[in-house]
This record gives sequence, C-alpha cells and structure tokens, in this order.
Amino acid sequence: MSIIFDNVSKKYNDDYVALDKVSFEIKPDEFVSIVGPSGAGKTTLLKMLLAEERPTEGKVTLYDTDIHTLTGEDINFVRRKIGVVFQDFRLLPQKNVYENIAFAMEAAGRSEEEIESDVPHVLELVDLGPKIWNFPHELSGGEKQRVAIARAIVNQPDIIIADEPTGNLDPANTYDIVQILKKINDLGTTVMLTTHNKGVIDSIGRRVITMQEGKVIRDDPSGKYIL
Amino acid sequence: MEQQLFKTKLRRVLRSGFFGFWRNGYVSLASILVMFVTLSVIGTLIFVGAVLNITLTELRNKVDVNVYFLTTAPEPDILSLQTKIESLPEVARVEYVSRDQVLTNFRERHANDQITLQALDELGENPFGASLNIKAREPSQYEGIANFLNEDSILGSGGEKIIDNINFFENRTAIDKLSRIIDSAERLGFALAIVLIVVSIIITFNTIRLAIYVSRDEISVMQLVGASKNYIRGPFVVTGVIVGLISGLLTVIIFLPVSYWLGGLTQNFFIGFNIFDYYLRNLIQMFLLIVGSGVVIGAISSFLAVRKYLKL
Repeated sequence: MSIIFDNVSKKYNDDYVALDKVSFEIKPDEFVSIVGPSGAGKTTLLKMLLAEERPTEGKVTLYDTDIHTLTGEDINFVRRKIGVVFQDFRLLPQKNVYENIAFAMEAAGRSEEEIESDVPHVLELVDLGPKIWNFPHELSGGEKQRVAIARAIVNQPDIIIADEPTGNLDPANTYDIVQILKKINDLGTTVMLTTHNKGVIDSIGRRVITMQEGKVIRDDPSGKYIL
Repeated sequence: MEQQLFKTKLRRVLRSGFFGFWRNGYVSLASILVMFVTLSVIGTLIFVGAVLNITLTELRNKVDVNVYFLTTAPEPDILSLQTKIESLPEVARVEYVSRDQVLTNFRERHANDQITLQALDELGENPFGASLNIKAREPSQYEGIANFLNEDSILGSGGEKIIDNINFFENRTAIDKLSRIIDSAERLGFALAIVLIVVSIIITFNTIRLAIYVSRDEISVMQLVGASKNYIRGPFVVTGVIVGLISGLLTVIIFLPVSYWLGGLTQNFFIGFNIFDYYLRNLIQMFLLIVGSGVVIGAISSFLAVRKYLKL
C-alpha cells in the first residue's frame, strides 16, 4: 500500500506552475516530512492525495489505483482511509469535542456502540479526556489540534496527512503534537507532515523531502532541515 | 443490516438537523421570520382570492334582465312567456312578480311617504305592470336572452303588444363593462399572486442560502472526513423543514386574531362575507397549504443551497 506520485504537475491558469514533474514513493509505515518555503507546492501535493485537486499531468497512485479516476462514493471511501490535520484545525464549531470525533465515525458508517466506546478511548490517547463535552471555542490551540488529531485517527486510517499542524502552536504544544504523531506512526500508520519548523524536523529525524518552486530538490532518508 | 444502517443514518441526520437548528439560534430565527413573511403573503393571497371570488359571484347574481309588461297584459300570456324563457339553456332562473306584488312592494317602500301614497290612492287602480326577472348563468349570455325577447315575444295571445320595456338595453353598457372587469380582475389577480409568491420564495431561498453560507467551511470539513453528499445535505434539509414547520404554525396561529379583527370589516364591506368564518371553515386546508408550503420551500432551499458548497 504505497503512495506513488508519478511525474505529477499542476498548473493554474496555464502559466502558474504549482507542481512541476514531482515523483516519489512513500512506503507503508514511513514518517515523511515535506519542507520548503511558502508557495513551494506542499499543500497542493497533499490536496492531490485527498483528490481535492486534479493533476494537470501525471498520476497519484494509492491502493494500486490512480485516485483521480475515482468518483463520488469511491473518493469518500479513500478519504475515510486518510486522516487529515490542518494548521487551522477545522473543527465543526457547532459540535462539541465528542460530536466532532463522532461525526467522522458516523460518516464512515460506524455503529453507535463503536462510537461510544472509541471516542473516549481516542481522546485518552491525545490526553484530552476531561474536555469531551466542551465546544471548540472553549479550547486552546493545542487542545483543538489534539481534537483534530483524534478525529483524524479515530477511523484507524492507513495514512495521516498533517498540513503544518504546529503552525499556530507554542513550542510546548508543538512538541506534544509531534510526539503524538510519532506515536501514531509507531502504531503502523503512514504519516505525511508538512512544516516550516526546523526544530520539528530535527527532532523527528526521519525522511525529509524538500521542495522549492514546485520541484522536489532534495530527498534525504534521515534528513535535517536544510534550505 | 442494510435497513439497520439506514435507520441509524436517518436518526443521525434528524438529530444533527435538530441540533443545527437549535445551536444556530439567531440564524434560525431570521430564517423563520423571513419564511413567516413569505407564508403570510401566500396565505393573504388565498384570502384575497376567496374574497374576490365571492364578491364576483355576488355581483354576478345582481346582474339581471327585467321585462316590464303593460298593465293590460293578461297574466296567462306572461306565465307562458316565463315557461318559454325558462326552457332556454342560458337562463338560470326566472322570477315572476305580479301586478299586485309590485303594488305591495311599492307601498312598503313608501310607507313613510304619505303624499306618494295619497297620489296612488287618487288613481283608484293599480298603475303598475307585472314584470319578469331573468337571471342568466353567465353575464355574457344576457344579450342573447334580450335578443330572444325582442324578436319573439312582443305579442300576446290576442296579437296585442304586452311588453312595455326591457331594461337590458339600458343596462347593457354597464353589464358589458362588468363582464370585462370580472374577467380581467381574475386574470390580473392570478398574475399578481404568482409574482408575489415567486418574489417571496426567492427572498426566503436567499436567506436560507446565507444561513448555509455560514456553514460552508463545515461542509468542506465534512467532505474531507469522507461523509457522503446525502449525509452532509440531510441535516441542512432537516433544519430547513423545521424552519418551515415553525413558520407555518406561526402563520396559521397569527392569522386567527388577524382574520377575526378583519372579519367585522369585511362583513360590512362585502355583503355577508366574514373572513374569520371563512378561515375557520377552511382551517384544515389552510393549515395543510401554509405549513406544507413552508416545509417544501425550506427543504428545497436548503437542498439547493448546500449543493453549491458540495464539490466532488
């Protein structure tokens, strides 16, 4: 179950090139960090994987399928296998912590019994048990991000995509979030992380793909943040 | 298993639709108010239609053709003419007023006018002729009836003249005008109703669209966690239905005191028509129509508004 980017390009309005012939393969259980300055194409890369954007050329293969040939319910099926964490958390503001996580499970068609037993469990995992009935606006940034991670992992996805998850957090919370992601990776989930934060990359010490102006300029198996 | 899953999903959609309604209190309230205005417009137009309809029927019944006979016309001739007229397909009914009846009516009408009554008594005999009062089924048919009377029945059994006067030809312009007014009032009322209803539905639709615009980020997150289109759309449609239900009930309830208050006014203005009685008589139909419109408008507006934010 590898993720394969094969010569993927994305152009906007025929002239702006967001991705330029990007190719790489990510093996199951890998923890890959994607680094690079703003506008390097990191987020576009992740959107391709979620089938939110279509490549102009090339293809993205997941589960041995070109995911941009999928439609409707098949895309939803793939998305339920991928947990996503964003810099701006993207929790549902009208739902409390429990409901935010339950929603992802409901969308995947899980039963009430599973939801009732799994949600508290996954909240323990991110150390947020006592806040289960709070609403997002009552939580700190670090707590919101933990809810987002809990939501991303609750359906036991094969892949976690984290797009600058520590971008809005202080150093202590940043450290905690990275530790949680590493723990998830140790349990056998592929993790793709994008970040600007040198400290984060250096503390992980795993594979680093460096991007610049839509191209992959470096791919180190146990990289440091070099630019 | 499939059915079990469907039930679970339905329950979740209903619950989350209700929560969406409850937790977006102000937005829901705004939607309810706008929807209330729309449903009031629809309800009012039904009332106006009813008032117009009943008034027109009333007016139509007032149009008739009167045939006045000479005082010398023998009663059997008049009665045989009445039978003849009644056999015409355009005629709804014919009323015979005898000479004696006309005299009695006249005396009653002038009971307080001694001079006129004295003058009548001076004459010593009944100066009034009998008359036939003819009502057609449709206002446009009066001309045909009047023509029939002119050609055919001027003479009595003895060959003498019996008809003094037919008032249709004097009323003719008024009757023609009235027929045209009735027709165009119905057409104009219908067109106006359609325009007003469409306008208010568009306003409601836009309000609900704004309410859902607030949730556009939520919708994109739902899509990212892999929720299906219907599962995302469902709760919004449920919220729309709740808004429609509440606005509908509100409209039906508020119409009660309003129509009661207007009832007295309309009864004086339109002979015998009380809007409150009409409302009570048709309460079940009005309820179904108003609440039903609310639910349908709410559901369709929500459905279309969410579709705008659903990619894939």
